Amino acid sequence: MNSFKPVLTEHIHEQECHTLSFYKSVDGYSALEKVLKMDPKKVIQEVKDSNLRGRGGAGFSTGVKWGFIPKDSPKPTYLVNNADESEPGTFKDRLLMNKAPHQMLEGMIIAAYAIGCQTAFIYIRGEFYKEYQLLEKVMAEAYENNLLGQNILGSNYSLNVVIHRGAGAYICGEETGLIESLEGKRGWPRIKPPFPAIEGYLQCPTIVNNVETLSCLPHIINRGADWFKSIGPEKGPGPRLFCISGRVNNPGVFEEPMGISLNNLIFDRAGGIPDGKNLKAVFPGGSSSAILTAEEALDVNMDFDELVEKGSMLGSAGVIVMDETVDMVQACLNIARFYAHESCGQCTPCREGTAWLVKMLTRLVNGSGTPTDIDMIFEITDNIGGLIDFSKGSFGKTICPFGEAVAWPVRSFVEKFKDEFLKYLPQEKVIA
Amino acid sequence: MNSNGTPNEKFTFTDRDKVEKILSQYPDKKSATLPLLHLAQSEKGYISGTVINTVGGLVDCHPAVVMDCVSFYTMFYTKPHGRHIIQVCQTLSCSLNGADALVDCVENKYGIKPGETSEDDRFTLMKVECLGSCGTAPVVQINKDYHEGLSPEKFDDLLESLP
Repeated sequence: MNSFKPVLTEHIHEQECHTLSFYKSVDGYSALEKVLKMDPKKVIQEVKDSNLRGRGGAGFSTGVKWGFIPKDSPKPTYLVNNADESEPGTFKDRLLMNKAPHQMLEGMIIAAYAIGCQTAFIYIRGEFYKEYQLLEKVMAEAYENNLLGQNILGSNYSLNVVIHRGAGAYICGEETGLIESLEGKRGWPRIKPPFPAIEGYLQCPTIVNNVETLSCLPHIINRGADWFKSIGPEKGPGPRLFCISGRVNNPGVFEEPMGISLNNLIFDRAGGIPDGKNLKAVFPGGSSSAILTAEEALDVNMDFDELVEKGSMLGSAGVIVMDETVDMVQACLNIARFYAHESCGQCTPCREGTAWLVKMLTRLVNGSGTPTDIDMIFEITDNIGGLIDFSKGSFGKTICPFGEAVAWPVRSFVEKFKDEFLKYLPQEKVIA
Repeated sequence: MNSNGTPNEKFTFTDRDKVEKILSQYPDKKSATLPLLHLAQSEKGYISGTVINTVGGLVDCHPAVVMDCVSFYTMFYTKPHGRHIIQVCQTLSCSLNGADALVDCVENKYGIKPGETSEDDRFTLMKVECLGSCGTAPVVQINKDYHEGLSPEKFDDLLESLP
């Protein structure tokens, strides 16, 4: 692992790394030239063979997703680059857009070519205004240099890219919510199936891929699927941008091979915890993942499957570190409040349940909790999103995975730090 | 009167070319709703009933359909705000790194609570959820700009520097 050299962020410390001239000087767009001479089916196969899994959160195989596009559909096919980065603890796509926007664009053109798309969108979160302005410039540069538009680099392939700004809604990072929002509506997720690959934007076949996922593509084309698969665990390989925030000395984005230990990330890369405090708990994959206790966190590798075995998930690889000074009830309330605010309001269990969780946790923090509150919190989380135990498969109480995304973390806080929740109960009410 | 309770007046976009460009970018007019609302808000400062009427006309939708969309997104304001909209991120990583102290700063110095605008219309204070910049917590967005890694002192200097 020591021999790992960053792939996606190799050049981010260079001046002008966002420009086309710089990107070309480091072999940029050579993968595109190669791809334009390939059969699109071969491109899909190469990506399938690489075992690249989505970097947005769900971790689904990118090549397999592309393979769902119907053959010979009379409708146009669309590609959407999901740049709506909003998962708490995640800030890698913003870095890629700022420092390596042409790498992302090259990945987009490769993906669009593979799935036969002529109009692609970048759905960027509305708050990222500076990044939006930069991307406008990047697109203009790309059009001027025949990397976009008609007959790209002299080939028969043409592609237009439209940058579309979101307007402040976490749920628009969910791919069907995103598509609804792109269509000019509320970002209310759709019932699946049909999946977007069959019926997405304007009921046409649509692929939604994350910024980091797309940024991997030029490298897979240039260096091959076998090279990609050789980095980290074979079933979920590749370089990965880990975001570390919270109580660490050196927060930031660290590119490491998949499967690196969480211990290494926190104590080596991110410089450990300030003031010599002890680790208490960690979100390994954004705030939608179940938290790990210090003991669990020190003994886990950042791998899709291993984290699922441990009852959590790798998600967006947004690591939030909590030390011994953090009050777990307050932290749980903070996260519950986030989800209550961001619930789109479409499904009753989520709309009502998230508000109830905030009310109950607030009441607890204010010293007015009752002994039955703890059980009630479990009941509500079960009602919103089912159990953390993947093997029991209690999914699907809401249209989209937001339900699970609130239930898992909240439940994990209460299960793993129950003592702290009990301490908030007024003493006279605690029944021995 | 139309469904959102405003007289049937229309807002006129200043940048007509931009409007045409936006409309031409999408295979379906309705998809232009969000970008048109963003443009209108950048010109007028907020989404008024007249903006909703105009955008509805441009994308072939009833104003109520546009209003339905506007009300969903936190970045669209349906009333005027102060010159500087101060949005303090309060989600976990920012909260663990001192976001509350930043809110206190504004509350104490300018006498406004989250959701309020100062009497001189200089500042509107808001608490917002994750801005996606957790590695440089705590983070505050003021109008379109991010300000990262703020201490109460730096934040105070920043506020002082704003007209």
